[in-house]
Amino acid sequence: MAYEMQFGPIIAHAPDLLQGAISTLSLSAQSIAIGVSIGLCCAVARTEEPRLLGKMVATYVEVFRNTPLLVQLFLIYFGLPLIGLRLTADTSAVFAISLNLGAYSTEIIRAGLIAIPKTQVEAGLALGMSRLQVVRHIVLIPALRVIYPALTGQLTLTLLGTSIASAISATELTSAGSKIESANFRSLETFLTIAAIYIALTLAFRFVYWLIGLWLFRRKRPPKPSLIADIPAAGVAA
Amino acid sequence: MIKSFGWDSVEFLLFATRWTLLLSAMTFVLGGIFGLIFALLRVLGPRPVQLLIAGYTQLIQATPLLILVFIAFYGLSFLGLYFPPLIAAAISLSMYTTAFLGDIWRGCIESIPRQQWEAADALAMTLPQKLRYVILPQALRISLGPTVGFMVQIVKNTSVTALIGFVELTRAGQLLNNMTFQPFAVFMTVAAIYFTICYPLSFISQRLKGSRHVGLAH
Repeated sequence: MAYEMQFGPIIAHAPDLLQGAISTLSLSAQSIAIGVSIGLCCAVARTEEPRLLGKMVATYVEVFRNTPLLVQLFLIYFGLPLIGLRLTADTSAVFAISLNLGAYSTEIIRAGLIAIPKTQVEAGLALGMSRLQVVRHIVLIPALRVIYPALTGQLTLTLLGTSIASAISATELTSAGSKIESANFRSLETFLTIAAIYIALTLAFRFVYWLIGLWLFRRKRPPKPSLIADIPAAGVAA
Repeated sequence: MIKSFGWDSVEFLLFATRWTLLLSAMTFVLGGIFGLIFALLRVLGPRPVQLLIAGYTQLIQATPLLILVFIAFYGLSFLGLYFPPLIAAAISLSMYTTAFLGDIWRGCIESIPRQQWEAADALAMTLPQKLRYVILPQALRISLGPTVGFMVQIVKNTSVTALIGFVELTRAGQLLNNMTFQPFAVFMTVAAIYFTICYPLSFISQRLKGSRHVGLAH
């Protein structure tokens, strides 16, 4: 039981850890940018409902939400070369994580779009706002406000999910940690350090989301949409 | 020797699926028990305990599951505790699940209106009576949808334990891929098996969430 933790050998690898953290940040940022774009397009496609397209999107969402990211990653990394598409580990990781986030964010964004009543759009148009103004001020920003906590929560899960890309040796923090661990066999210290870096990254991301939220929703808040009042009401009904 | 992907391969994967299911069940039971305790303590416990649980939840939710699994498997063996992969996997997955289920259920308990507590007080109920007859039954109804939804996450999360060599469905897929060199067939089958387990749960979860709103209309 007399085990003394020694973080010295880990600190000696600080540059590798920093490099890993930067790779994780870049992998997350790319996946978030692509994934949320996919989510936005799919959510619009599903709400505007051209029948076939809507069904296809629904299938994509269900398939990606009901299978593990690790299996999706293996399919893309090991499976795609068979049809002639040879991707590097890093590209495969971005590809898989974006598609995974795309499926989750489709459902989240769709919930936001549904929460905006059609009459509000009509009211905006009646006031002589341009289509673009309506989309921006009446649809997107208020919808984003409704889903902001759910969306940022999902983005945090995506950041943490990038660690799974270490399974195909993509360059990111967990891979960096595994390399350090196999160099000095200080497993406990290595993974505790890695965990601490992930926690710091998560807190930094949350802070950024909070700042973005302040800026996006700087205008006066409208009365709360009734959607939020649902939960206590359910208690009374029971 | 290279063998090709055939019916016996599917059988091999289905055999490994039993371990995925067992691990998921262990995780749900353990994580559920601790999650319930944590949720109740977070609402009713003394202030320091509340803060402690909040801190635990925040830390676990900001750590990748894979790192928790690595710490439990590689890390703790250095403290003289060696866990076989199944136990290490169950411990780390349960810690993770506790943080999430505890948080979900705390939300459900807190969403019961204050008046319900006051009414129970007025009827001179003791704390266990209040929980048993007034608060928990209502909270349970609200929590059903999200809880079943989280079961899907648990099943999918067990795939991470493949990376410490626990031979569940994903690991079996990896092994089979090394034997057959037919990654597309192998991982498609693996994905299909996961989908068959998870999709019904997702569906039930959606229905349960939906029915709450239907209940509201009446």
